[in-house]
Amino acid sequence: MIFCRLITSIVVFFVILSSAWAVEPDERLANPVLETRARAISAELRCLVCQNQSIDDSNAPLARDLRLLVREMLSAGKSDAEVMTFLIEKFGEFVLLRPRFIARNALLWLAPFALLVGVMIAVWQRRRSILVGAVTADESRPLSNDEKRQLEKILTDETAR
Amino acid sequence: MIIETGHFALILALVVSVIQMAVPAYGVYYANRSLTSIAAPASVVQFLLVAAAFFALMTAYVSSDFSVENVWANSHSAKPLIYKIAGVWGNHEGSMLLWVLILALFGAAVGVFGSNLPSAFRARVLSVQGSLSVTFISFILFTSNPFARLVPAAVEGQGLNPILQDPALAFHPPFLYTGYVGFSMAFSFAVAALWEGRIDAAWARWVRPWTLLAWVALTIGIAMGSWWAYYTLGWGGWWFWDPVENASFMPWLAGTALLHSAVVMEKREALKIWTVLLAILTFSLSLMGTFLVRSGILTSVHAFAVDPRRGIVILGILAVFIGGALTLYAWRASSLKAGGLFQPISREGALVVNNVLLSTSAATVLIGTLYPLGLEAVTGAKISVGAPYFDLTFVPLMIPLLLALPIGALLAWKRGDLPAVWQRLRAVLLASLLIGALALALVRRGPWLAPLAIALGAWVVLGAFAEWAARIKAFVVPFDETFRRALNLPRSAYGMLFAHAGVGIVVIGITATTAWHSEAVLVLSQGQKLAIAGYEVVFNGAVPGRGPNYQETIGRFTVSKAGTAVTTLTPSKRIFDAPRQATTQAAILNALAGDLYLVLGDSQSDGGFVVRAYFHPLVRLIWLGALIMAFGGILSISDRRLRLGAARPARRVPSSPLAAE
Repeated sequence: MIFCRLITSIVVFFVILSSAWAVEPDERLANPVLETRARAISAELRCLVCQNQSIDDSNAPLARDLRLLVREMLSAGKSDAEVMTFLIEKFGEFVLLRPRFIARNALLWLAPFALLVGVMIAVWQRRRSILVGAVTADESRPLSNDEKRQLEKILTDETAR
Repeated sequence: MIIETGHFALILALVVSVIQMAVPAYGVYYANRSLTSIAAPASVVQFLLVAAAFFALMTAYVSSDFSVENVWANSHSAKPLIYKIAGVWGNHEGSMLLWVLILALFGAAVGVFGSNLPSAFRARVLSVQGSLSVTFISFILFTSNPFARLVPAAVEGQGLNPILQDPALAFHPPFLYTGYVGFSMAFSFAVAALWEGRIDAAWARWVRPWTLLAWVALTIGIAMGSWWAYYTLGWGGWWFWDPVENASFMPWLAGTALLHSAVVMEKREALKIWTVLLAILTFSLSLMGTFLVRSGILTSVHAFAVDPRRGIVILGILAVFIGGALTLYAWRASSLKAGGLFQPISREGALVVNNVLLSTSAATVLIGTLYPLGLEAVTGAKISVGAPYFDLTFVPLMIPLLLALPIGALLAWKRGDLPAVWQRLRAVLLASLLIGALALALVRRGPWLAPLAIALGAWVVLGAFAEWAARIKAFVVPFDETFRRALNLPRSAYGMLFAHAGVGIVVIGITATTAWHSEAVLVLSQGQKLAIAGYEVVFNGAVPGRGPNYQETIGRFTVSKAGTAVTTLTPSKRIFDAPRQATTQAAILNALAGDLYLVLGDSQSDGGFVVRAYFHPLVRLIWLGALIMAFGGILSISDRRLRLGAARPARRVPSSPLAAE
């Protein structure tokens, strides 16, 4: 059953994908400022029945409905934030292609930069430990008696020659 | 009969790969040379057997043998020959067989060219490579057998998905797989080194060309996939941060880091442990790239044979290889001795920065791809992570990388001299800013950060040439001396020049097309026209047409610029016979400034058509840049000092020709 459903969804996706194009001429708003805002919002919204496509890129009927909805709300004088809030309430977080910066997404947003800082600290620590290791091994340790004798010998040989 | 022979050959290949895995390992343990020496011939025999199996399947496809279930399900007798051939890997079973074929090919290459490796080490490498073969051939035979018969045989096949019937798409899997599987070489070498507990510059000298080869193939494969998306999907998008794109991009990023750290290891014997870790991670990401998409966890365009039962097996395989290698690393890495020391401001230091940023960006892509899965599993909440997330996290990691690139390339090994580098790069900085200003003057519209990004791309390109100029002492010594130096420069130096310049070119292409593209979407009736980016496009009506296996509606458009006719464009809509699906064929006019991209949309009740026209400025620089990068890689592989298999005993090169003065 799951298999059949997956296959169906893939086939549906191919059909959508194969004729994927965005906003239709009849949807556009006459006011260019509103239309630009509508496009910017559309690029941030997921076409819920597609795989990883924004409603701006998809010609699925649902995407068209959402595009029209966004434009209706903008025309009614709603702000971008109001439109987004409404859509999240209606469809859930899933509709956002850019997850909000809230507690449960903190890891998602912070991990890349935390990782960068972490790796840099690790590199720095490792470098220090290598340097310290090299210094203690080679330079800071006083010569042993054996080594002193060897050095003496080499030096006397040099002067004797 | 041929099919049964192929099936049998694959079973024999499994037996041989078990021998290749087990006997040399046993031989190494008991220091028995006659047992370790089995590894090389076994790898060659294994390759020949897998190749026989592969060609048996290909024969079935070419001759449209619909008594084979796999052929019946994925091919059609009316399909053009090249798509019959490409059909072999256009499905799960066949693509697995291609994967194993390339794996066996790389294994055989170590067997044939590796005679100058220490024999115990080669046996270890081949044993690890053998274990991969055992796993994946078993996976094919037990869960995804492409040789299963269909009883009774069908008269006609079900056809290949029309969207896959495209040259760039049909032939990008072999490139991608060569990339993914090519990194198995670095993996096997890394695991063998951990196993042996010893690693030196010769290791890097061996691993580098193979990694480079895989990297070149992966670069070309990704570029082909992106190019396909650009002209097929109908509005000129070229990258979507789709899970499957991410799956190929992560190993590319990690592989790029690996190439750079292997250079440090080869030249300076530093970063050994890190290089080994990167080798493991790169191939782990490759495995995830091929299989996570298949496991059904990430549904995507490429999940053509999603089957939960296979998914569990695949996850098990991933866990064993990735987990096993990382455990071995954790256990043994401390036994590898750390090498050469260097100052923070040095070529090594710059390459560490490169590694840190590239591996963090690979991790970022991984986090963005897997986070929704993890979150849903833990809290049940469903979220989407799309392009806006990656734009906000990945891009900021790339900016310091690109800024640092020309500086790092000019620093000397061990101890660099920043003021001297600044001397060389002052002119480059000035020229880049001028190019950014020029771009601004040409387009005179926002986004206003775009000219800076153009300047960044120019900085990388010009910086690459500045590094070359420094090496050949251009304008410092007489011209004939410069010329002689240019001729004598090793090919790997030119490889670096091209690869780095390619990166800058990609940056310029991405910036220009993202920032300054324009579009016009209108309903046009015959005789009406639209204007975009200085072009005037007249619609001359639509006519029906017929291709080998599809019906189409072809729109006819005349394009002119400033009153003079430029060309005619014929975008079309196709409906395939089997399976019955619609596709759009965009028509693209390629000019110096960018692409005019025309798409014929739905017909309207009044007889008009929706017409979509897009202008994508400099968009081809993206793929051109990628090809230049790949070309740089090929030049570098062809360097005689790096020739495949030309590993020599480790010895210090006192004054490396790659060092900047």
